[in-house]
Amino acid sequence: MQQRLKNRLGLWGWLGGGRYGLDRYAYSLHRLTGLGILAYFIMHIFVTGQRVGGPENWDSTMAAFGSPLFKVGEFLVVLAFAFHAINGIRLILVELGWLIGKPGVPSFPYSYSTLRHKPVFIIFMVFAAALMIIGGVDFYFVMK
Amino acid sequence: MNKSETRDKAILKTVKFEVLRYNPAGNESPHLENYSVPVTKGMTVLDGLNWIKEHLDSTLSWRSSCRMGICGSCGMFINGLPRLACNNQIVHLHSDRVVIKPLPNYDIIRDLVPDLEGLFEKHRSVKPHLIRKDTAEQDSPTGEFFQSEQELLNYIQFAYCIKCGLCMAACPTVATSEEYIGPQPLTAGWRYLSDTRDEGAEQRQDVLYSSHGVYRCHFAGACSQVCPKGVDPALAIQMAKRDAFMKGFGRGKKRSGSSVIPPIQDWTPRGDIPDAPAKTVPQKSE
Ligand code: SF4
Ligand code: FES
Repeated sequence: MQQRLKNRLGLWGWLGGGRYGLDRYAYSLHRLTGLGILAYFIMHIFVTGQRVGGPENWDSTMAAFGSPLFKVGEFLVVLAFAFHAINGIRLILVELGWLIGKPGVPSFPYSYSTLRHKPVFIIFMVFAAALMIIGGVDFYFVMK
Repeated sequence: MNKSETRDKAILKTVKFEVLRYNPAGNESPHLENYSVPVTKGMTVLDGLNWIKEHLDSTLSWRSSCRMGICGSCGMFINGLPRLACNNQIVHLHSDRVVIKPLPNYDIIRDLVPDLEGLFEKHRSVKPHLIRKDTAEQDSPTGEFFQSEQELLNYIQFAYCIKCGLCMAACPTVATSEEYIGPQPLTAGWRYLSDTRDEGAEQRQDVLYSSHGVYRCHFAGACSQVCPKGVDPALAIQMAKRDAFMKGFGRGKKRSGSSVIPPIQDWTPRGDIPDAPAKTVPQKSE
């Protein structure tokens, strides 16, 4: 057989939304935020684990993590969590076959699941944005 | 040429085609090559490629056949989306540049020709045909397998697939996983799994619900967006997930090969159907 040229898109294929619709971007963002939250979780366990080393150890660790850089990082976790949680609920409902309509006879211009689902998608994203704003206010003004 | 013909042949604009060239026998690496194509009214991207082949470069290769969106062979990556070349008019792309690459996620055989064998193999793996226990009845039918109109509507949309493979090129999960069965074959699998005449669930389920099956889909929706036939693979895959979930709670739809019903005997045709026109060619038996 003659030589074939590999053309599987790989990592960029799932990360880059290109000219596809909103759901495709949500797909990438869901995975990225998932990885971000996982990274935070591992760090969190390490940091809280410092308590075992006694109060001095704990205080010095907390001081190290009190820098503005980590503060911003923590806020990013809040944003990632808000998106991941709300989008996750949406995905659970969708994967149970809800909110995407029923099959029918296709006739042009076609109606399809993601198109029918778009208003629901937007509502969920508004919820996520609201959660982010509340989280932001809480994080920067209330929790001090 | 009469007046209307001259008008239709008028050149609307000249468009730059940038086409990916790759020759496995040559030693050039894959690269984009430019061609200027005069666009006339109604000209499709496929017509543009034909024009190039006729006037500029006879070595340009691609796959096409029906030129009317039904054979599914002219899938290409056109201006950033997988599309059928014969199904898209150049003016409707609203651009003076038409960038054409072979469908992504398939190996390239040459120029714009993707290797679809992997897709067909996966398609075969879901056993895309009616499976019945009464094979004798299937081979020499005495009647028809009963199916209500609603039962037909539940899957007919998924039967419209032309196996063009655009959905697989759009899918972000296919992009990273070679084993993922993918939107087209999974939809074909669900089309038969949800057919009330079918009895092959056990044979098909192992593939559909395997670790590379429907649960690898996370609803990016790109497949449904690009499908030229409105098949909506994303919907089929979610329906397959829902069905398995419901079955887990003992609540799924029970489907066990519908019964054979004899052909309807006494029927009268609707009055408003006109007679067939008289035959123009003498028939052999007459
Ligand atoms: S589901 Fe649509 S895009 Fe995918 S192969 Fe079938 S017709 Fe083509
Ligand atoms: S040539 Fe048949 S679908 Fe385009």
